[in-house]
Amino acid sequence: MKYSVFAAAVLGASAAYAEMPELTVYTYDSFVSDWGPGPAVEAAFEAECGCDLKLVGAGDGAALLARVKLEGARSDADVVLGLDTNLTAAAAATGLFAEHGISADYSLPLAWEDASFAPYDWGYFAFVHNADASVPTDFKALGASDMKIVIQDPRSSTPGLGLLMWVKAAYGDEAPAIWQGLADNVVTVTKGWSEAYGLFLEGEADMVLSYTTSPAYHLIAEEDGSKAAAAFDEGHYMQVEVAGILAGSDQPELARDFMQFMVSDAFQSIIPTTNWMYPAVTPAEGLPTGFETLITPEKSLLLSADEAAALRDVALGEWLDALSQ
Amino acid sequence: MARRAQPVSALPGAGAALLVAALILGTLAAVALRAESARGFGASDWAALRFTLTQALLSAGLSVGLAIGLARALARRRFVGRSALIALLGAPFILPVIVAILGLLAVFGRAGWVSQILMFFGLEPLQIYGLHGVALAHVFFNLPLATRLILQGWQEIPAERFRLAAQLGAGPRAMWQLLEAPMLKRVVPGALAVVFAICLSSFAVALTLGGGPRATTLELAIYQAFRFDFDLGRAALLSGLQLVLTGLAAFVALRVSAGDGAGAGLDRVVRRWDGGTALARGLDGLWITLAALFLLLPLAAVVAAGISGLLELKASVWMAALTSVLVALLSTVILLLLALPMAAVVALGRSALIEVAGILGLAASPLVIGTGLFIVIYPIADPFALALPVTALVNAVMALPFALRILVPQAREILGRYGKLSMSLDLTGRAFVLRVFLPRMRAQIGFAAGLGAALSMGDLGVIALFADPEVATLPLQIYRLMGAYRMEAAAGAALLLLVLSMGVFWIFDRGGRWHAEA
Amino acid sequence: MLKLEDCRIGNGAFSVTADLQIAPGSKLAVIGPSGAGKTTLIEAIAGFLPLRQGRILWQGQDLSDVAPGKRPVAMLFQDGNLFPHLTVAQNAGLGLRANLRLTAAEKLRVQHALERVGLGDLAARKPAALSGGQQSRVALARVLLQARDILLLDEPFAALGPALKAEMLDLVAELAAETGATVLMVSHDPQDARRIADQVVLVAEGKAHPPMATAELLDNPPPALRDYLG
Repeated sequence: MKYSVFAAAVLGASAAYAEMPELTVYTYDSFVSDWGPGPAVEAAFEAECGCDLKLVGAGDGAALLARVKLEGARSDADVVLGLDTNLTAAAAATGLFAEHGISADYSLPLAWEDASFAPYDWGYFAFVHNADASVPTDFKALGASDMKIVIQDPRSSTPGLGLLMWVKAAYGDEAPAIWQGLADNVVTVTKGWSEAYGLFLEGEADMVLSYTTSPAYHLIAEEDGSKAAAAFDEGHYMQVEVAGILAGSDQPELARDFMQFMVSDAFQSIIPTTNWMYPAVTPAEGLPTGFETLITPEKSLLLSADEAAALRDVALGEWLDALSQ
Repeated sequence: MARRAQPVSALPGAGAALLVAALILGTLAAVALRAESARGFGASDWAALRFTLTQALLSAGLSVGLAIGLARALARRRFVGRSALIALLGAPFILPVIVAILGLLAVFGRAGWVSQILMFFGLEPLQIYGLHGVALAHVFFNLPLATRLILQGWQEIPAERFRLAAQLGAGPRAMWQLLEAPMLKRVVPGALAVVFAICLSSFAVALTLGGGPRATTLELAIYQAFRFDFDLGRAALLSGLQLVLTGLAAFVALRVSAGDGAGAGLDRVVRRWDGGTALARGLDGLWITLAALFLLLPLAAVVAAGISGLLELKASVWMAALTSVLVALLSTVILLLLALPMAAVVALGRSALIEVAGILGLAASPLVIGTGLFIVIYPIADPFALALPVTALVNAVMALPFALRILVPQAREILGRYGKLSMSLDLTGRAFVLRVFLPRMRAQIGFAAGLGAALSMGDLGVIALFADPEVATLPLQIYRLMGAYRMEAAAGAALLLLVLSMGVFWIFDRGGRWHAEA
Repeated sequence: MLKLEDCRIGNGAFSVTADLQIAPGSKLAVIGPSGAGKTTLIEAIAGFLPLRQGRILWQGQDLSDVAPGKRPVAMLFQDGNLFPHLTVAQNAGLGLRANLRLTAAEKLRVQHALERVGLGDLAARKPAALSGGQQSRVALARVLLQARDILLLDEPFAALGPALKAEMLDLVAELAAETGATVLMVSHDPQDARRIADQVVLVAEGKAHPPMATAELLDNPPPALRDYLG
């Protein structure tokens, strides 16, 4: 519903508009941007629901959760879309989320069982590099090499936190040693993904922390096959992005419809070339051409929401110690 | 009569200062009151505080120190393109942080132009990441601002004084002692305080150029408190610490800089008779050339990166550009409504607190202000519907310290020189403001408005927290493009932003000086 | 009658006392050693400096709480009597209306006043384009338009040459005669006093003495004045 505020104020709400139920979905900013899945998702859902879907962007995943916490039970939101498994434990602990009650035939590498949150896409963290470079195949080799990497700060960025969890999940108590090894490879640490990726494209580093799906963007959107993701032997940590229904929703039926729509082909086929992630349920027509060129990790790593929450502070301390020297 | 009579009332200015203080402290309080528990001050916080202070002091000292030399050179020389150069020098300050960082690294980075030249001669590439990198970036951002503030001090020395000094046969040294040193003593502490305050709340620049978590500043700790820990009390505590440090810096600076104005002249065009030797000319030329290279090369990198992207900008980017211009205009109006009465009160010498209130805007964490506003607005209205006015307001408050630094000296001058005459003519209140205060302030108002508008254009600000998918400013759209891998389009949008910001700055600044020679 | 009743005027740590009366329409010179408080006295009458005690009355009305612009006083300062951004006509026009919204009739009066001081054809100029003498004339045209009962002069012509200064003082005397204004003129030059003042107020050692006839005082100066005159 474009310019709904202005339209309502200037023209007065039409009868049809007034009767149409409204579903408010809070999500992260890049989801709703012109280049994200938002516009297509909105059009597709509104075509079948007879409702007005209002997508509201609030920073990134962590800002989104902060927003939900600040608004509490009075929130206008019906659905929150865009948390990941590093945030779901904290989100569930607020008691603001209801059970979603939907099921689907997920194509995730791991079984998904969470009554509060349902996944809509996922990806693997990976170091992206220029395809012509020879790259190490695990963290130890990376630490021993003179490859320069740029990473994101876990305190201000989702991928940054993902890397922290990746090393922790792969190496457990050995994580501090891994970080010690990486310290001299880290050119710098950035506030967010955009800065890091920009620095990499400018040639400031040989590799950047991103996703295994990043090369797909360059290949499909820019017809540029010069970027690749390095496959690491210890496995790749996953990011699973999820949505949940707020218990305080005044449209619980519609919210459930939306969640069901979210795991349907209509929604899932939009994801790969807008969010540049893997769809949670592979659509009937399969993945877009180009995705088959991406690396497929031998091993998928993912800490459960509770494990992630419990390990977070320790992992951050180890990271700070190693990189602050 | 208990007090000396004055042609303007102190009330509107005091009201404006109160409003600013209420916004900054009120939002902080709103965040603090929502806190459930706050982790105290730990070892890592002390480290962050130490690093924050170190880099802010270093950056402020370097920026202002270099600015004195550059401003002196610019004040003494007249050359073709001088005003265009001065306008361009302001550009780094108004770029979104991420764009400026990329421009800077294109020149000074590991793979930058300088490193490539070094490597061509078989030398090691430039090692930019570290404390020196942070200082370099902060000098890049703040040297132009400090130069403008100090250059203005030079231009406020009346032509008559230079004539007198020239008549006395004063050489560069005597000129320094007679005119320049006293002026600098008034202007430099304020400039130092402003740059210090800006660097105090630096985050993305310090982290990226600092090369990692060694370069953790208080602002990053605030981010961590919000995002990582959702510890609002801690965020409020750290933000309060930032405010106290800035307030102290401002207070000290004002104490040191207190003094009489330069005295007034009759609006004659300044002509100088000093610095005529070949050595002085050469040194000034060197200063100007080096500074121009340092500041303009990264801008050239931004322009070069953006040209191809400019062609593929979609309608939504142009819409965002329009939104940004409108927000900037609204922000400028708010800025002047706040700054002019405040400048008048400061010039009346009524209260140093007013000026301290004015500088707090710099130290306030945008995240805390944004969240505080959200907490305050949420129960009564839809924060999203108010996204643009709120952004304009916050941008205005952030630009207030600069506007005050620009406006106060001239306001002091006007009240000192024309206060009694105006009162004896019953030219007070509204009539004084319209007939004397505003016309005499024209050039300064133009400069302040230009800077305010340009700053608002470039500031990502609180809009990121309130963004409605349908309403975006240009900086937000740049971040969105980058977030969607569209680096080339983002570079194009950044170039558009640069051009627009420089454009609004130029129009306002020029408008203030148009036919200003009475 | 301008009456200063038991006044003590403070200016920082410094103060001047005054207890004196001045007859309407008289022309007085305020003289005394440098730093004795001549300007302080004048500025108190103009309303720029608060009284620490006593009161100032004009024709029986207490001026103590009257703002400077509302007093029956016009004043010319040592310098800075004109606004550089306003034209000659606007500067003079301020004497009629501070907001410069002049009616056609008032504009005509401004033009007449400028002609009276010999600047009829310079109305559209800005002050920077005038000579020192011309600038003084603009200020006098404004004084003429203000038509206040009391005219205070704080050495406004000090920067002019002797001939030009004499010319200006004569013009002041003429204008004052036309409007019947009471004139108080700060001066450090006894010749100025002899030229237009019939009485002199001596300010010395923190005290403003009651007016005395000019010739009498200058011919038989008291000790404080004798030191000053040398």
